[in-house]
Amino acid sequence: MTTHDADLAQPADAEEIARARRRRAEAIGKWVLPVLVVALTVWLWDRIVVWNEIPHYILPRPGRVLEELTQNWASLYQSFLVTLQLTFGALAIAVIGGVALAVLFTQSRWVEMSFFPYAVILQVTPLVAIAPLIFIYVESRIVGLLICAWIVAFFPILSNTTLGLKSVDPNLDDLFSVYGASRWQRLRYLQAPSALPYFLGGLRIAGGLALIGAVVAEYVGGTGTAQGGLAFRILEAGYRLAIPTMFAALLLIALTGVIIFASLSLLSHLLLRKWHESAVTRDR
Amino acid sequence: MTPDTPQTTSRAETGPPLLSMDRIGKVFGGDVVALREMSLEVREGEFLSLLGPSGCGKSTVLRLIAGLTQPTGGTIRWAAPRAPGDLSVVLQEPTLMPWATVEGNVGLPFKLQRKGEVADRIAEALALVGLEGFAKAYPRELSGGMKMRVSIARALVTRPRLILMDEPFAALDEITRFKLNDDLLALKAAIGATVIFVTHSVFESVFLSNRIAVMAARPGRVIREMTIDAPYPRSTGFRTSAGYAAYCRRTSEALREAMEAA
Repeated sequence: MTTHDADLAQPADAEEIARARRRRAEAIGKWVLPVLVVALTVWLWDRIVVWNEIPHYILPRPGRVLEELTQNWASLYQSFLVTLQLTFGALAIAVIGGVALAVLFTQSRWVEMSFFPYAVILQVTPLVAIAPLIFIYVESRIVGLLICAWIVAFFPILSNTTLGLKSVDPNLDDLFSVYGASRWQRLRYLQAPSALPYFLGGLRIAGGLALIGAVVAEYVGGTGTAQGGLAFRILEAGYRLAIPTMFAALLLIALTGVIIFASLSLLSHLLLRKWHESAVTRDR
Repeated sequence: MTPDTPQTTSRAETGPPLLSMDRIGKVFGGDVVALREMSLEVREGEFLSLLGPSGCGKSTVLRLIAGLTQPTGGTIRWAAPRAPGDLSVVLQEPTLMPWATVEGNVGLPFKLQRKGEVADRIAEALALVGLEGFAKAYPRELSGGMKMRVSIARALVTRPRLILMDEPFAALDEITRFKLNDDLLALKAAIGATVIFVTHSVFESVFLSNRIAVMAARPGRVIREMTIDAPYPRSTGFRTSAGYAAYCRRTSEALREAMEAA
């Protein structure tokens, strides 16, 4: 391990220093700039409300939304947890279902030919059109909501994983044949690692879609007697014209989206950082 | 090397037949004739090069021997039944799994044969190709030449009887190629395997081989077999000797003949 670590210790020239400085500036800018933009936007929002004397039941000032968030925190937090659970639950089922179907598809052309069109149909039919039927036939609200969120989340996982399982280096495939690899060994040691970057790409898309699915399903199906999620809170607050509550719930939904995206990006980075081009940092 | 040291000639080094191809034909897609009536015998312990212009079916011959594709005519007979691990391949690309370490890549044949307790064998193979200390590195951290060494270590690790090499050094620079050629001969001597080596380099084939089968294209067939009667070990001295130059000239002529025959 000594030879290739040695490059790092080489003396830096002027160009090297300039490059390092540029990298550092970029790293700071990556965090500072978005924060600045947010601060500016919030300030502008506040000013617009004040300058135009917009009443708070049309557009509340940011401070008012924050106040609402702290005052109703207990109940909003409960809804936040419900939405979070629903989204991650649906995502988990989507991963299991999507990956299982993808494996089945790549093991048998016949299965793929038989079922792929239906996966596409399920994907292209708008969720809001199917959801009412689901809520008629499914007794449990939670199960209904999970099914809805699953329908939108599973397709990117299925299609990406299928693509990945098929994107095996043909030379490596030959090598496995020479060593007499079984079907299972090929799947486990060759196809699965080859598909991992594709799967993780699909997972990131599916994470966002699962949240959309959970929110849309709640709009359509409601939550009945159970504790409502954030979408239900927005709906209910809308009826009461409680605009600050709507903004507070919206803020939490956006936060949920960010949490999902960040955690899936982190997962992807941890799994790929050692070997995949997308996650490896290179010196330029 | 002095003339009075006891020398083994390349003829004496090769033993009984290992496999023989008898009037092999291979047709792709119904009308593309890759090989026609090709016969070739491979003897135990020899270094046999298949030399020819592109499209002459050299790689197809290797794929047939590896069992990756089936002939459309003729037969391939093995002198003895093969066990898994008796045969290994080195391709033009290093063909490493990017997600596995050097160690993981070299240990792949064992993993696929469900053999445990192989750490020593892997370390030994890495030492043979001069990559001690790189066991935990990932392929992307290695240079092209080092990746090819990993690929060769993987081919050696099962101590195969036959190694098939498909232009393994074609993508490397000349300095690296010369070094790997020297090392390859040393490795072959160390493990005593038979090697079938596909190349389109006259110099490489003369330097490495006991025997060169010169192939012509459309349809692929062997038009000339040449014996390189120079003793092993062959060193850098051989590369600059008059005998080497003479063999290269004769082989080049045979190759030109092959290209005109196409």
